[in-house]
Amino acid sequence: MLDIINVEKTFNPGTINEKKALNGINLHLDEGDFVTVIGGNGAGKSTMLNMIAGVYPVDCGSIVVDGVDVTRLPEYKRAKYLGRVFQDPMTGTAADMQIEENLALAARRGKKRSLRIGITAKERKEYKELLKILDLGLENRLTAKVGLLSGGQRQALTLLMATLKKPKLLLLDEHTAALDPKTAKKVLDITEEIVARDNLITVMITHNMADAIRVGNRLIMMHEGRIVVDVKGEEKKKLTIEQLLQMFEESSGSQFTSDKVMLSK
Amino acid sequence: MEIFSQLFNALPGSISQGLIWGIMAIGVYLTYRILDIPDLTVDGSFATGGAVAVVLILNGCNLWLAMLLAFIAGLLAGAITGLLHTLMGIPPILAGILTQLALYSINLKIMGKANQSVNVNQTDLLVSLRWVKEFALHNPLITVGIVLAILIGLLYWFFGTEMGCAIRATGANLNMSRAQGINTNFNKVLGIMLSNGLVAFSGAFLAQYQGFADVKMGQGAIVIGLAAVIIGEALFGKIFKNFALRLLSVALGSIIYYIVVQAVITMGLDANLLKLLSATIVAIFLAIPYWKRQYAQNHIKKGGKVNA
Repeated sequence: MLDIINVEKTFNPGTINEKKALNGINLHLDEGDFVTVIGGNGAGKSTMLNMIAGVYPVDCGSIVVDGVDVTRLPEYKRAKYLGRVFQDPMTGTAADMQIEENLALAARRGKKRSLRIGITAKERKEYKELLKILDLGLENRLTAKVGLLSGGQRQALTLLMATLKKPKLLLLDEHTAALDPKTAKKVLDITEEIVARDNLITVMITHNMADAIRVGNRLIMMHEGRIVVDVKGEEKKKLTIEQLLQMFEESSGSQFTSDKVMLSK
Repeated sequence: MEIFSQLFNALPGSISQGLIWGIMAIGVYLTYRILDIPDLTVDGSFATGGAVAVVLILNGCNLWLAMLLAFIAGLLAGAITGLLHTLMGIPPILAGILTQLALYSINLKIMGKANQSVNVNQTDLLVSLRWVKEFALHNPLITVGIVLAILIGLLYWFFGTEMGCAIRATGANLNMSRAQGINTNFNKVLGIMLSNGLVAFSGAFLAQYQGFADVKMGQGAIVIGLAAVIIGEALFGKIFKNFALRLLSVALGSIIYYIVVQAVITMGLDANLLKLLSATIVAIFLAIPYWKRQYAQNHIKKGGKVNA
C-alpha cells in the first residue's frame, strides 16, 4: 500500500529560480496496483518519485508505505521498502563491480551488513537462474564488470536488483527512455513479467502514451505539480490517446505540450 | 660501475623504505581509488602514527601494542575528516586539509616537541635501518614484508564481506548505494578511518626504522602514496586484476618509487629537488588519462557512413 497525502515541494524557494514542483499531491495505491504516470516536462513526475524515495525532503504532507510513515526517513532507510530503476542506465548499477556483486548488494537491501562474506556460493547459483529469465546471456557472465554491459542490459539488471528482495513498492522513472525501441520493448516486457509474477505495487513514469495506456491497471497524468487525470480499470482499458489528450485539456485547461511524448505516441 | 655498486648497496634500505611506505600507499589507495575521495589527512596522520608509537615505546609500552594504538590514533584522525565531510558538509579535500593542520598541533602535543628520537641501542624496536643488511629475522625486509602480507590478506577478506562490499559500492556509485539501502555517509567515514589507520600504522614503522618521529615526517606523504598507486597501476594494472594483487601492486609501486629515488640521488641529483621531482612525476601521470581522452576527441577518425 502507498499513500501520498497532500505533498508539496518547492525548489529554490525565495529565489528567482523558485519552482513549485509538487502542488498538493494525493495518491492512494492498493495491493497489485500498477499505475503509469505521464505528463509534460516539469509536470512533477520525477519529483513525485524522488519524494517517495526520499532523495529530497518534502515541504509538507506525508508519505506512507505499507503502513509505515517514511516521510522523515533518509533515502537509504526507505530503500528497505522500495525497488527503484532510474532513467539513466548508469545510475542503477555500479560499473566497477561485477554483475554478481551488484546483485549481492541488492540482495542485502534493508538488512544489516555484517562481516559475513559478501556473496555466497548458494547465491551465485540463484543469480544464475534469475539472470536466465532476462534472456540476455548474462547468466554466463556473472563475474563480468557491469561497465561492460549495454544500456539495455544494465537496465534489465537494475530491474532484477530492484526486485531481488521483493519490495513493497517498485518505482520506475522512465526506465526505458534511454534505450533504443527494440531494447526498450524488451525491458518493458521483462518489467511486466516480474511485476505480474511478484504482484508488485508499481509506479511507472513513461513518455510513451501507448505504453501508458496498455500497461498497468491505472493511469495518472500530471500537470504543474498536480494530478489532473486519473483513470482506472475498465475505463483505462478502453482509453485512446485522443480521449486522453482531451481529458487532459478539459481538466488542466491547457494544451498538452511535450515533444517527447507527442513524438512517441 | 661504482654507481651500480653503490646502488646495489643501498638496495636493501630502499626496499625496506618502500615496504613501509607501501602500507601507507595502500591506505591512500583505499580512499583515492576505492572511495573515490582524495584524502589529504594522511600528511598529518602519518606523523601521528609515528609520534604515538615513539612516545609509547619510550614509556615502555609493548611494541606491538604501540603499533596497534598508532593504528587506532589513525582511525580517530580519519574519523574527524570523515565527520567534517559527512556531518558538516565540507568538501572532502578541504576536510582533509583541516584535519591535517589540526594534527600538526596534536602531534606536537603528543611528542612535547617537534622531534622525538628513539635509539635502537637503548630501546627495543620492531624495525631499524641498522638491521637492513643482517641475515636475521628482525631484518626490516622480513618483518615489514610479513606484516604487509598479513595486512593485504586482512584487507582482501574485509573488502569481500558485506561491510566491505558496501564501502566499495559507496565509492563506485552513491545513488545506487543509497537505493540499495547503504548508508553512504557511514561508509565514507569508515573507509577514510581505515585508510588513515593504515597510514598511521605505516608512520609508526617508519619512526622506528629511522629512529625518530618528526612533526614534519608526513609532509608530502599523499604525493608519495599517489606515486606508488600510479606506478603500481601503470606497471601491473594489466596483469593484476584480483583485489589482493592490486593491493600488492601498490606496495610494489612504492618499492619501485624508492629504488628510483635512490637511483637518481646516487646519480648525483640534489636531494633538495626530490619533492619537486616527485610532484612533477605524479602530476604527469595524473594527466595522462585526461590527455588520452583529449587526444581521442581531437582525432576522431574521418570516414564512416553518412546517415548510417
